[in-house]
Amino acid sequence: MVKWSDFERAAIQDIFSKIDYDVVGRAAFSRCLIVYPWTQRYFGSFGNLYNAAAITSNPKVAAHGKVIMAGLEKALTNMDDIKTTYKDLSVLHSEKLQVDPDNFNLLGDCLTIVVAGQMGAAFTPEVQGAFQKFLAVVVASLRKQYY
Amino acid sequence: EMSLTDKDKAAVKALWAKISKGADAIGAEALARMLVVYPQTKTYFSHWPDMSAGSGPVTKHGKKIMGGVALAVAKMDDLSGGLLELSELHAFQLRVDPANFKILAQCLQVVIAIMFPNDFTPEAHVALDKFLSNVALALSEKYR
Repeated sequence: MVKWSDFERAAIQDIFSKIDYDVVGRAAFSRCLIVYPWTQRYFGSFGNLYNAAAITSNPKVAAHGKVIMAGLEKALTNMDDIKTTYKDLSVLHSEKLQVDPDNFNLLGDCLTIVVAGQMGAAFTPEVQGAFQKFLAVVVASLRKQYY
Repeated sequence: EMSLTDKDKAAVKALWAKISKGADAIGAEALARMLVVYPQTKTYFSHWPDMSAGSGPVTKHGKKIMGGVALAVAKMDDLSGGLLELSELHAFQLRVDPANFKILAQCLQVVIAIMFPNDFTPEAHVALDKFLSNVALALSEKYR
């Protein structure tokens, strides 16, 4: 079981209480599609992803950003057992969506950059450490059911 | 290797023009951050009396790192040639595991996102990420 220090718990809750989910979800997901364009392979049905401008204004991208944040919210409210909370999500990503799990780290990197930009100096090294630990647990839980 | 297009090079140069005045601060902050977020990197600096943000060694070394980045920007059209000496230094003397180049690159990008949120657009991000990956490759060239 993952152990969270009081600082880590507080820091992670604080981040999620401060960020605008719609803004961050859309910004992080579109950034991922732009910075790591091979991730677009999973979104053939999303229409125009031709360039950065198209991606950032694509309504399906914005909608999917919300889906991603809803998933993270589940982890946030079940921090002491993300592994169990994510069991079905893991099966979904492995068996139905067939996403290479290395992509989770790419999206995580973009989330970190977007949150850093939103929070500014409040995103201290220690807060970054806590946030990245949270993302690492999320990613490990999403990977858990792959075989 | 995902080589730099003319568009990438222009984007990196444009971003660098905006952030270079703050280069020393960026370097120090990124290094301090790396030591906290990725504590395994502290193993390379066990000879430092102080690893905290704002300390002498961290400030000085952050500046040195950014000097290397500035050199890479200047030698963008021939990173292998331009970073030859630095590659030899890292390969034979420092022997930093190349996985750490990616770690430092990430910390640099987080700091740039914090300090220059409006300039670190997705387009600037992809160009810088490619550039730093190419710098890492050039630095790794002499390893074996």
